[in-house]
Amino acid sequence: MEVNVKEYKHCVLVTIQGRVDSATAPKLNEVFEDLLNRGRFKIVVDMSNVEYMSSAGFRVLLSAQRACRRYHRGEVVLALVPPRVLEALDLAGFTKIFRRFDNLLDAIGYF
Amino acid sequence: MSVGGDIFSLQRSWPARFDFLDEIRTFVGQAAERAGFSEQAVYAIQMATDEACSNVIEHAYRGESGNIEICVDWDGLQLTITLQDTARHSFDMKKIAQPDVNAPLSKRKAGGLGIYLMKKLMDEVQYLPSPQGNTLILRKRKEKAV
Repeated sequence: MEVNVKEYKHCVLVTIQGRVDSATAPKLNEVFEDLLNRGRFKIVVDMSNVEYMSSAGFRVLLSAQRACRRYHRGEVVLALVPPRVLEALDLAGFTKIFRRFDNLLDAIGYF
Repeated sequence: MSVGGDIFSLQRSWPARFDFLDEIRTFVGQAAERAGFSEQAVYAIQMATDEACSNVIEHAYRGESGNIEICVDWDGLQLTITLQDTARHSFDMKKIAQPDVNAPLSKRKAGGLGIYLMKKLMDEVQYLPSPQGNTLILRKRKEKAV
């Protein structure tokens, strides 16, 4: 798994590549923790290159969403979620918790 | 080889560590492909096995070293994945609260999600604790050809 962060004025774009499981999820969590510690609460996650994500990855997204939405200071939104990952997110009831976009421009423009 | 026609049985053992999950998913994924499951079902089987192994590593071994032995059996109708560990701790799935997947964000709990997904992704999940360790059996029937 590789994670890239690009900071814009109004939001941050987090791009995840590869497979997120119990082995790699802690690294993703560190990226979110760092952003939250620096007061960045408006986050777009580009999921287009996520090959696989287990519940370990879902928990990281959930905890980031909870922190960002606190005091209405921001939100985590998901962009370009691959079909298999989306099916699993839906089973877990996560599609109700995350706003989703089909392209990056709309996702970034949301903030 | 006729896809899905041959019956087969495969067995391998891995150290109970998260960094082997990738190899484990590849192993069961290749078996599911050989059995002729759809891409969607292959992903489901890989994810359920990952969730099962993650639970064994986290809740049964709890940082202790050990192995997870995985048997994959295809009988022409269903794929059976049997996970066997020799951990001292059991993890009674019935005691783990089922997450409320309809709860709003403020009330969502992170625990129990792996087991919940495992049950949703497979047709049958059976857990058999014993003094020698835990056995977890996951079954997925072949969907009818469209």
